[in-house]
Amino acid sequence: MRKYWVIQRKSFSYLIDKKTTFAILVLTLVALFSMLVSIGVGELYIAPFDVFTALIGSGLEMNQLIITEFRLPRVMVAFIAGASLALSGAILQGVIRNPLASPDMIGITGGAGFAAVAFLTMFSDDSNNLLLSINFLPLFAFAGATIVAFLIYGLAWKDGVTPIRLILIGIGLMALFQALTTLMMLMGPIYRASQATVWLTGTVYGTSWKEVKAMLPWFLGMLPILILLVRRLNIQGFGDDLTTGAGILVHRERFMLLMVCTALAGSAIAFAGAMGFVGLIGPHIARRITGSSFGGLFPASALIGGIMVVLADLAGRTLFSPLEVPAGVFTAAIGAPYFIYLLFKNQ
Amino acid sequence: MNGILQDNKIRTAVLIIGIFIAFIVMVLSVVLGYTDTSLSMAIEAYTAFNGSNEHLIIQLSRVPRALVGMAVGISLGIAGVLMQALTRNPIASPDIFGVNAGAGFFIVFGVTFLGITSIQQFMWIGFLGAAVASGLAYALGSAGRGGLTPVKLTLAGAVMAALFASLTQGMLVTNEKALDEVLFWLAGSVEGRKLSMLAAVMPALLIAWTVSMLLSRQLNAFALGEDVAVSLGQKTVIFKFAAALMVVLLAGGSVAIAGPISFIGIVVPHFARYLVGSDHRWIVPFSALTGGIMLVLADIGARYIIMPEEAPVGVVTALLGTPFFIYIVRKGIFQR
Repeated sequence: MRKYWVIQRKSFSYLIDKKTTFAILVLTLVALFSMLVSIGVGELYIAPFDVFTALIGSGLEMNQLIITEFRLPRVMVAFIAGASLALSGAILQGVIRNPLASPDMIGITGGAGFAAVAFLTMFSDDSNNLLLSINFLPLFAFAGATIVAFLIYGLAWKDGVTPIRLILIGIGLMALFQALTTLMMLMGPIYRASQATVWLTGTVYGTSWKEVKAMLPWFLGMLPILILLVRRLNIQGFGDDLTTGAGILVHRERFMLLMVCTALAGSAIAFAGAMGFVGLIGPHIARRITGSSFGGLFPASALIGGIMVVLADLAGRTLFSPLEVPAGVFTAAIGAPYFIYLLFKNQ
Repeated sequence: MNGILQDNKIRTAVLIIGIFIAFIVMVLSVVLGYTDTSLSMAIEAYTAFNGSNEHLIIQLSRVPRALVGMAVGISLGIAGVLMQALTRNPIASPDIFGVNAGAGFFIVFGVTFLGITSIQQFMWIGFLGAAVASGLAYALGSAGRGGLTPVKLTLAGAVMAALFASLTQGMLVTNEKALDEVLFWLAGSVEGRKLSMLAAVMPALLIAWTVSMLLSRQLNAFALGEDVAVSLGQKTVIFKFAAALMVVLLAGGSVAIAGPISFIGIVVPHFARYLVGSDHRWIVPFSALTGGIMLVLADIGARYIIMPEEAPVGVVTALLGTPFFIYIVRKGIFQR
């Protein structure tokens, strides 16, 4: 039995790795199942099968209401946010050619965080009321992420942009934005600081269909671009010289990928907060399952990132009930030790 | 590499002028701020104390914070030199390598879960955090193929910083009271620090300053490359351990008293090298002095940014340090 399926037409040809395809199929099932469970668990427990029947439009009317109005959108936001962050991390690790890169590391998250905290601080009056609707917060966070991405790119530009300069400048800017964020938090009342901390940790609490509708286009819109860029990203792994030799405009490509990465991370952070470590760990786990070819790595990363945040949110809702712990606490608490384990294992 | 100050006599002269400047800056730090005071008032606060508001502020707030700022600045400057020499990485410093974040995490953990309140306990747990974080960053940086490279070490440090930052955030989410207590400290500040706090960490810092000075000749040998150092008779294992221990004392002590203050450790050694070249016997004292002066100046600046409130000095150093950091990176020290 051969390792690949070959799809060949006049204008294109693809090798499809059987093992990877199988792995992605399994991951999809795991993702669906964890979403079913997460939808079912809550103040009123609904068994996975009943969740399923409610989703296809039959079963108890009350179950249907609870599920479609409250639980389904929240779980979907968690999944899309996780998938976007992990994808964004996978892209960045490809562009920077370093498995330690992620949006949290190079300041994109920091920029979004600063913009969001600035929004909370600048637009609240003396009695702690927001002067603008909280719905503008994602817009600010997204703008923050984008501005930082441009800033990193611009500052790293010197006859082109090298991966090393990108990440080092990113790390420097991250430190700057963290400092500015703390400054903002100090300038506002402690109530706002506490609100900002929750957001900076990352949570999908209180999300609804509105958020799903706002996030989905970003996520889906980036997918075709990624499919187009996948192969050339594989070639980029061989270094700038070889990539240029293969007829690829390295710098243009790098810029586009960075923008896709920002769009994904930005939209996720905008609605779910600065969820840590998903962008770093998601692609790592995926790489162990599917190998480092981006064709398999991207879908696997997205699925694993999604599963991570869905489960983190589930844990946050249930483990310390009635207290709700932000999902980001769990992604950091699980992601960080796993990361350390990974590095020691590679030794 | 030669600095702009070539002659040892000139270097000594500049060093003495530097000490003089450090003294002036500290006097300015005592005099300037939201509450107007003057030099004569500062002297009277000690010679003819009359219990007035100004005298109290000078004794309890201004003088301690000038001393704390100087001590922390000196320590961070030296820590930066040691780290940059040890790792041969021009952007090595306690903040970039996650040492500050590690100490911060341990302290917040202590406040939240162990009910820690005294500065002595802060200090020990801060040392512990600094040691754990630098050990981890070093281990992670040398893991995998190719061993320890400057870029890998930087990345590992940044990951550790992110890790500790998000864990710290996680703890603060569930505890608004701790947030209020810790928030200002987390940004790095020398405001409101008492002399007793400084006295608690001072022995550790003094030892580290002295040992670092003694190590400076060894640093020169080490900077030529590990092989050369060994052939010159250096016991590199012992040397590296001693230097790393000094980094932990310096960074841990600084964080314990002032919180994680960024960028002093990166910027200062570069300035010192610009002045005196590559001889560590001169770089260490120049860095110490520049670090102290910079931090006290930044602290004075911090009083005016969002007047009448005070900004944490860590924010000011970050604002000033980032452009310089970007300049170092753009200069193209890392090529690949």
